Amino acid sequence: MGKKNLVSITDFTKDEILKIMELAARFEADPHRQVLAGKVIASLFFEPSTRTRLSFESAINRLGGRVIGFSEASNTSVSKGETFHDTITVISNYCDMIVMRHSIEGAARYASEISKVPVVNAGDGANQHPSQTLLDLYSIKKTQGTLDNIHIVMVGDLKYGRTVHSLLQALSFFNPTFTFVAPDELKMPDEYKLFLKEKGIAYTETGRIEEALPQADIVYMTRVQRERFSDPMEYERVKNVYILKNSLLEGTKDNMRILHPLPRVGEIATDVDSNPKAYYFQQTENGVYTRMAIISYLLGVAE
Amino acid sequence: MEGKLEVRAIENGTVIDHIPSDCLFKIIKILDLENDPHRITFGTNLESKRMGSKAIIKINDRFCRQEEINRIAIVAPMAKVNIIKNFKVTEKRAVTIPETIRGFVRCANPKCITNNEPVETSFQVVRDGEQEIALRCRYCEKITHRQQIEIVK
Repeated sequence: MGKKNLVSITDFTKDEILKIMELAARFEADPHRQVLAGKVIASLFFEPSTRTRLSFESAINRLGGRVIGFSEASNTSVSKGETFHDTITVISNYCDMIVMRHSIEGAARYASEISKVPVVNAGDGANQHPSQTLLDLYSIKKTQGTLDNIHIVMVGDLKYGRTVHSLLQALSFFNPTFTFVAPDELKMPDEYKLFLKEKGIAYTETGRIEEALPQADIVYMTRVQRERFSDPMEYERVKNVYILKNSLLEGTKDNMRILHPLPRVGEIATDVDSNPKAYYFQQTENGVYTRMAIISYLLGVAE
Repeated sequence: MEGKLEVRAIENGTVIDHIPSDCLFKIIKILDLENDPHRITFGTNLESKRMGSKAIIKINDRFCRQEEINRIAIVAPMAKVNIIKNFKVTEKRAVTIPETIRGFVRCANPKCITNNEPVETSFQVVRDGEQEIALRCRYCEKITHRQQIEIVK
């Protein structure tokens, strides 16, 4: 196998997604296998993201790999005016893999063209964050026993939220049903609805969360950000409509679980946290196993 | 044809007809006509039965290659290209839309790496509704619609 990158979720086939699910389950069963012993992995966070960085670095460390890198670009040669091209060329000589986050969209794809070693995109602006998508899928698989025929209700910012778009694309392999719950200003863009139509995947749209919840196997919550609204009055009007409260969970299916890419800032009331249907904190633990799976798969060390 | 020629016929060269009037200057840039030493005549806001208003370019003694012609397709897919020899149309070339576009179009996303680092742009040509085409950036994956296309040289 040649150098394999994970820049966009569409880089992976259905079989590869299933392979990652299987590997993640094996790492969860035994998280201390030293499959990365002797490997050096560069963790390049040109833009800070403490949570994602620690999740990746925890995955690498637990598998016996070593991490080099930086958590922000301000004290690197980037701040001296070095081109991104040169930074990546040099660092790819130091390591076996690059995990990178950058605020500029397309930075990871470009890096993958320059780098001698595999590149994992840990987020490039509003574009892609494929390890998040894979950990979302792993959380769905774990809680539902399967990825097939899931009814997923996506709530909140469906316009700008990159996690919902990537998850939608990845789930399209598995015959899902979607319900989109969003304010008018943040509805699912037409290009994704067209994509679903072409694939013959059913979806409905509603503005009312309580209407959608009873059918759900998975409720995928996202943050509705104030800065997305051109009209602050509109934000004030809708922000409380998309809050998940414990009282809304009555009458939902037993197998239903609530996911959220985090951080949340109020769109899930804290009284939901103790409900067994709340799964967003376990989801972050799944992220470590999923990242173990991604890294070892791309390096060809996952047996 | 419109009967009376508003722009003089040429003896040898390339005629690009049925260009939407608002695309003329983009095509001049795409074909780099600014730096072309040949005798060139342009007409724009000409009457057209089919299009209402159109533009035309006649380039003496330059025979555009198919690859150059295809570049035009991203802004003017309905353009017609005729190769002229001895005042006669010897070849009518269809403008065919290429699958990928490299280098001469700017990505409409200001946060794209190609607008922030010295990186050559690269796009996949995709459908945009029934009739239109659009460009999907290889890097940021965002769509540049036909109306947003800006030519860089």
